[in-house]
Amino acid sequence: MTEETLLSARGLSLHFGKVPALVNVDADLWPGEVLAVVGESGSGKTTLLNVLSGRIRADSGVTWYRDPQSRLHDVHAMPAPALRALHRSDWGFVHQNPRDNLRMSVSAGGNVGERLMAAGNRHYGNIREAAIDWLAQVEIDPARVDDMPRTFSGGMLQRLQIARTLVTHPRLVFMDEPTGGLDVSVQARLLDLIRSLVARLNIAVVLVTHDLAVARLLAHRIMVMQRGEVVETGLTDQVLDDPQHAYTQLLVSSVLQA
Amino acid sequence: MNGYNFAYLDEQTKRMIRRALLKAVAIPGHQVPFGSREMPLPYGWGTGGIQVTASVLGAADTLKVIDQGADDTTNAVSIRRFFARTAGVATTTDTNEATIIQTRHRIPEKALREDQIIVYQVPQPEPLSKLEPSRAETRRMHALAEYGSMHVRLYEDITRFGHVAISYDYPVMVNHRYLMAPSPIPAFDNPKMHMMPALQLFGAGREKRIYAIPPYTDVRSLDFDDHPFRTTRAPQCCALCGADDSYLDEVVTDDQGGRMFVCSDTDHCETRQAEGHTGTGEPIAREAAE
Repeated sequence: MTEETLLSARGLSLHFGKVPALVNVDADLWPGEVLAVVGESGSGKTTLLNVLSGRIRADSGVTWYRDPQSRLHDVHAMPAPALRALHRSDWGFVHQNPRDNLRMSVSAGGNVGERLMAAGNRHYGNIREAAIDWLAQVEIDPARVDDMPRTFSGGMLQRLQIARTLVTHPRLVFMDEPTGGLDVSVQARLLDLIRSLVARLNIAVVLVTHDLAVARLLAHRIMVMQRGEVVETGLTDQVLDDPQHAYTQLLVSSVLQA
Repeated sequence: MNGYNFAYLDEQTKRMIRRALLKAVAIPGHQVPFGSREMPLPYGWGTGGIQVTASVLGAADTLKVIDQGADDTTNAVSIRRFFARTAGVATTTDTNEATIIQTRHRIPEKALREDQIIVYQVPQPEPLSKLEPSRAETRRMHALAEYGSMHVRLYEDITRFGHVAISYDYPVMVNHRYLMAPSPIPAFDNPKMHMMPALQLFGAGREKRIYAIPPYTDVRSLDFDDHPFRTTRAPQCCALCGADDSYLDEVVTDDQGGRMFVCSDTDHCETRQAEGHTGTGEPIAREAAE
């Protein structure tokens, strides 16, 4: 690939006491690409996500982010205001539990509009219009724009969280098990939605999941982690159809075939 | 004033409060922590305001104290008497004569001058408290000027009621930088803070915070471009002085729904009456009021 990377990590290591959470991890993400991080629970997937997004500092290693002006920023050396501004505008974070991210006592429209208001938008009509537009894009009935999130189902909450995150057109979104805890039919619909939005808006995604089917459906490339180490990385179909590492082979073979 | 230091507080305490005040004036709208003392009145009655007043009071000052605009309510009378006894300063109810005005929840109708200081009693100094429970986090938000969430509150109001329904303690932006709670004054009084010639000091005793607005400082009430800030008042005229531009209190006069609207600023009302202005003097019936 000749294009420059959006996010690059080199030699990330992090220990929680004696437990190695990350061991010399390298990662690259190109614009518009979906990278899945898979592995069993406790393999360091979410830790990697938190380190890449600057929420946790690694013991060693460096993470570079390239902004739209093509300047490189060391994510962990950035001043806190700049990092927070990045999280509010160019970046997004989709949590496994939408209640962690949404304001449950604020209407759906207010939730979607918050990032716009934080970015300095001060026109009520425009904010509301954008909120209604985004609810439609994530397949929530725009008539529910003034309803409280507590009246929404789990799948709707997750879609609302996605609308709230994407409203400022971020270039990079971190997703932590976005379909966890949802039933299978809702999962399928949500995956379909994420796939079409990501493709249409050309968003780069780092997707953490334990579900190989989710990775297969969404991701261009895949990273397999075990005990904090990246054991295998490559194109999704290549890794899943022809796993080389023993652990990846185990993972692929343990998926139930319906 | 026997048995007390001048203005009740000891000199070291006053010195500490003055340091906090200087810092507050230097950073308009920024909340400065201070070592709030126990005062001989309960929290919520103006322990913050009374400490600020004690620290800026001089022997030559004339003090006025108002509570919801009135000079003759319990809170106002007791604080005025407190300083008359412990500092021996002159007291007044006339806004013109006063050099220091301690207020609870109103700004006098009469425009204040450069040689006056207004001291506000503040129950909750943190404007973001209802949105973000953690003080560590609100301090970070102030430091980084991240005030988008405050507009979410305004958005919710417009969505639900068609207009911003915050009627008191309406958040303001001071000097284009700090979001500030103006204490529970009615939103009607907010425009008076903008470019006010007098020094404005705010004391929150229980929350142990002091903040200030220096004279002639830009103070803007938050709003949206298409929903500009506007003030509201009862649409009646004062029943005693006939004023149609002052902030009115609604006084229930009987159990038949009768009520009277009178100026909440008693000094303003009395001055106008002395000048010959009169209102109807009559309570209005339920139907007329609605």
